[in-house]
Amino acid sequence: MPSSYAPLAATGTFALIAWVIAIPLAGAAILLLGGRRTNRFGHLLGCAASVGSFVLGAVLFFALLGKPGDQRSYDQHVYTWVPVPGFSADAGFHLDQLSIIFVLLITGVGSLIHIYSVGYMAHDEQRRKFFAYLNLFLAAMLVLVLADNYLLLYAGWEGVGLASYLLIGFWQHKPSAAVAAKKAFIVNRVGDVGLSLAVMLMYTTFGSFAFGPVFNGVSGAKTGTLTAIGLLLLLGACGKSAQFPLQSWLGDAMEGPTPVSALIHAATMVTAGVYLIVRSNAIFDAAPNARLVVTIVGAVTLMLGAIIGCAKDDIKKALAGSTMSQIGYMVLAAGLGPIGYVFAIMHLVTHGFFKAGLFLGAGSVMHGMNDDVNMRHYGALRKFMPWTYVTFGLGYLAIIGCPPFSGYWSKDKIIEAAFSQGGTSGWILGCTTLLGALITAFYMTRVMLMTFFGQKRWVADEQGHEPHPHESPWVMVVPMAVLAVGSVAAGALFSYHSAFVNWLEPVTGHSDGRLPFSDALLQVITLAVVALGVAYAWSLYGRQEVPAQAPAGAFATRAARRDLYGDAFNELVFMRTGQYLTRVLVYFDLKGVDGAVNGIAAGLGGSSGRLRRLQTGFVRSYALSMFGGATLLIAALLLVRG
Amino acid sequence: MNPANYLYLSAILFTLGALGVLIRRNAIVVFMCIELMLNAANLAFVTFARMRGALDGQIIAFFTMVVAAAEVVVGLAIIIMVFRTRRSASVDDANLLKY
Amino acid sequence: MSGFPYLTVTIASPLLGVAGIALLPRGAQKRAREIAVATSLITLVLAIVDAVKFNVGGAQYQLTESHTWISQFHIDYSVGVDGIALVLILMTAVLVPVVLLASWNDGKNTPRAFFALMLVLEVMMIGVFAATDVFLFYVLFEALLIPSYFLIGSYGKSGEKHRSYAAVKFLLYNLLGGLLMLAAVIGLYVVANRTVADPFDFPTLAHAVATGQLHFSTGVERWLFLGFFIAFAVKAPLWPFHTWLPDAAAEATPGTAVLLVGVLDKIGTFGMLRFCLELFPSASHYFTPVILVLAVISTIYGALLAIGQRDMKRLIAYTSISHFGLITLGVFAWTARGQVGATLYMVNHGLSTGALFLLAGFLISRRGSTEIDAYGGVQKVAPVLAGTFLLAGLSSLALPGLSSFVSEFLVLVGTFEKYPVAAIFAVTSIVLAAVYILWLYQRTMTGPVTAAVSGFKDLTRRELAAVVPLLALILVLGFAPGILTKYINPAVTQSTSLQVTTTPPPSIAAQAQGSDQ
Repeated sequence: MPSSYAPLAATGTFALIAWVIAIPLAGAAILLLGGRRTNRFGHLLGCAASVGSFVLGAVLFFALLGKPGDQRSYDQHVYTWVPVPGFSADAGFHLDQLSIIFVLLITGVGSLIHIYSVGYMAHDEQRRKFFAYLNLFLAAMLVLVLADNYLLLYAGWEGVGLASYLLIGFWQHKPSAAVAAKKAFIVNRVGDVGLSLAVMLMYTTFGSFAFGPVFNGVSGAKTGTLTAIGLLLLLGACGKSAQFPLQSWLGDAMEGPTPVSALIHAATMVTAGVYLIVRSNAIFDAAPNARLVVTIVGAVTLMLGAIIGCAKDDIKKALAGSTMSQIGYMVLAAGLGPIGYVFAIMHLVTHGFFKAGLFLGAGSVMHGMNDDVNMRHYGALRKFMPWTYVTFGLGYLAIIGCPPFSGYWSKDKIIEAAFSQGGTSGWILGCTTLLGALITAFYMTRVMLMTFFGQKRWVADEQGHEPHPHESPWVMVVPMAVLAVGSVAAGALFSYHSAFVNWLEPVTGHSDGRLPFSDALLQVITLAVVALGVAYAWSLYGRQEVPAQAPAGAFATRAARRDLYGDAFNELVFMRTGQYLTRVLVYFDLKGVDGAVNGIAAGLGGSSGRLRRLQTGFVRSYALSMFGGATLLIAALLLVRG
Repeated sequence: MNPANYLYLSAILFTLGALGVLIRRNAIVVFMCIELMLNAANLAFVTFARMRGALDGQIIAFFTMVVAAAEVVVGLAIIIMVFRTRRSASVDDANLLKY
Repeated sequence: MSGFPYLTVTIASPLLGVAGIALLPRGAQKRAREIAVATSLITLVLAIVDAVKFNVGGAQYQLTESHTWISQFHIDYSVGVDGIALVLILMTAVLVPVVLLASWNDGKNTPRAFFALMLVLEVMMIGVFAATDVFLFYVLFEALLIPSYFLIGSYGKSGEKHRSYAAVKFLLYNLLGGLLMLAAVIGLYVVANRTVADPFDFPTLAHAVATGQLHFSTGVERWLFLGFFIAFAVKAPLWPFHTWLPDAAAEATPGTAVLLVGVLDKIGTFGMLRFCLELFPSASHYFTPVILVLAVISTIYGALLAIGQRDMKRLIAYTSISHFGLITLGVFAWTARGQVGATLYMVNHGLSTGALFLLAGFLISRRGSTEIDAYGGVQKVAPVLAGTFLLAGLSSLALPGLSSFVSEFLVLVGTFEKYPVAAIFAVTSIVLAAVYILWLYQRTMTGPVTAAVSGFKDLTRRELAAVVPLLALILVLGFAPGILTKYINPAVTQSTSLQVTTTPPPSIAAQAQGSDQ
């Protein structure tokens, strides 16, 4: 069980927490307000802010490391954000073992991607703005993971949504990018409805939405309420982490520049949902039904993403499908409760390394191939881009779970935890994760083979430029190499003497499940399954030549290419009916509400037009009516009196 | 003599005046009929004063006379102006002030 | 009571500019705008002085003045502010100079009259918030219609016919509401005159109602409540009394539209908060369910209609209807959170919708069309215009870090405490808000540069000077709403309406706090 939530006051070194956020925020502010004047050094300032934040994060990490296990939780109160009677929302930060992992991941991977972007965006005239947005993203994401209450977390949550919107739509002149950005924001907002309702429900239940009162008050709350809060939090997590049924935006989000896809839509922002669930472990521990739904959502998305990843020819969309699927793993693990929380986070971190590396590799490939994203136009690139090939290959080995690379350690634990759940649900979840591992091995091998192996299938772009693949400049290669090191070593490092589990246990709690069969057997099965996936992919894409035109494909392939009709469903159910509804309402407002008003006006006008005809201009007729009226009055008086 | 007879006379005079206002078209005649109605009212006032032995009615009759005199001054002036501009004193011809 | 008449000076200060403009020689008509901007800045300074003089934590109504006006009916010229009125006056004083600066080239052939009318409008707007005499409030409430009618009807979009249609519609709608209010004011006087010494003085009345000294029979109270409420609901506007707003806002100049939507409509919600709740508490409780339903309908209906609009200014007008639904929800939530949120929302909505209207106006002035489809790709040629537009839009969709978020969340939380179902329905508006704002941005600003847009100039210095203060305030109030809640909190807690009803305490708050220590 996690120890009760009782953070210490942040003094000394720990007073630096706010600065971790302030530095990138200041960077973004300078670059956005400074305008063109900062064009010259904008990218450098952006990188400096990110690295500075990372350094502070590292200082905080080592300071935490120097404390005993029960003294690694600190609260820093900055100021009261919304001072209203009975509702005091603080701008306050909470640093503990969980948030520091995120701080290091965000600023670490973030810094590498900042550096990579210096090269990647070198020819973009708006590079300064790009770095401003990246810094803004870092600041918002750090607020999200460092907040000490759910309202501030929500602010960060929406802040990363904004950064994501700005960065997906960075090339606004492309209509597809603008639409994708809008779609991402709106779908996220659907999730945000859940999160904001969860915060409200917390407020009415616990009288506060700060972590302390909420976590410590769980024992006194009704299970039904906690389940409701849990499900609402899950809805929020689904939006941000592209989980079923709010998964549709992630594929389109690949319209953004590739570093964005690597940082936001692979390594950090999309994993915020997992953070939310793990952070709220006190609530989920007390609401088993909510946890069950979490595992179901995770399992469904795991399969959905994997299937979509198999069919995409667009390298980034294939990787996006993979991201969905891997986050499905994390969500599933988080839904398992104390058996899985730690491994969800561990997979999140290792995934952060290898998926960011894979995306950066994809960006490097695109860089050399005239920004073509279609893998059917690649092939044989390993000779032309050796560094990209090696780093991408290491990331590939990590993601399919090949020992001893990072993914093996974390994914294997999730599969183990799923089986340990016990009962029918344990078997179902366990088999799903195994099947996921199979498909992961298949589609990643497919990506690898189509891109780096086989024959050249290069085609000229619209302007007729033949691609001349070349290795990317060192500013891009170095971050890829560093991430590759992470993909290789992180998992083993974390698992050494269960370092990761011991580190996180005070926050999330941890219990070892009991496998229904031997550990070794599971290892063997998992490896066999992975090998099967690789072999099948090789038989399809390695042994025979890949056609440059996509074949029509079976029904399943066509469905997967269209994201299993997720978009079609949304369009039919929400967009069409929504458009119809607004059109009907506009008509109703014009003809119904306004029509009624104008109708009354017209009626009044018409009847007065008729009435005025009585005014004939003949004095004698007026006199007659006066006499008539007077007579009537007198008669009436006499009647009443008499 | 029974004062009620004065009231009957007053009613007859008033009715004659009212009929004249309604039926005649010549503005001068209509005007005279209005005077007739006013004087019928005056007669009634004076009769009532006499019957009740109070002076109120008499005083009101004086007021009426003053008002009637003022009215004659203004009214006749208007009628003459109308006649000058349109060579007619018929009230039906002056019907421009309508819807 | 004693001392320098700060409020009266603030209220009357724009008249200085009106006099200045009136004295201008015929040849120097264009000087009117400089005079107007300078005067409104003086008013802003005076309003800030009022805020400084206001003693937070002191009496509920401060800076009060009272002079007998019509002694037979106990009608006084009495003014005074509580925190709620004070922040609304501050908002008005901020918006007017900004609007005048943005309207530099509006006013057509008669700029003198245009700017003078704007200043007269400011006098009345500040006066209506400051009035503590019910009759004075009513008189100013109605008198506001005169300058606004001329501002809508004489200036703005070309096309005389539709413009005068909009102006007349605005006038008739509001006159009808005002008439009902007049009847209610008279009724209130008749009843109050029996037991209350000063039957038009609002603080006295509110106190008398709270202490039971002034008691209405159930039927009378409900009718009086309806008289006031319908007048305010037309003003605010609440569904289904809203159709005048899109017409008026679309036909008026952007500057007039800002004052119309940003300030004038707030008088409606301000009136609900002050008059309806405090004078007729039990009737307000009785009608709360109906009003909540109307507010929720307004919120969702306004948002859906905004999505369906093709005209930029009509779109923004409909977003306001949606926001007014939320404000009304907060007012009638009967919680401190809801009412503080509603008051804060009034200010924030003025700032963000004001900025949005002005920026849409700048956009329209470059192309001459209000149709959304006439634009596209503006961000490429005018990035600052697009950026500021997006920022104002994001504030309108209540993004955290920008001012509207705090108020919207407070309103929703405050409602959720007592009426969770209404809150759940209203929360859907945050998705709809994202749709209408971002779709508007997508259609006008992004995509390939269209031919019509390619010659656009970015914002000029004057235009920047108009919107930057608003955007800066939006940011500052997003991070530090405490600047305003300092004034609003005591006003809401001192307000008698909340003392009658106590909010149910969160179920296990006490226990959680106990174990927290």
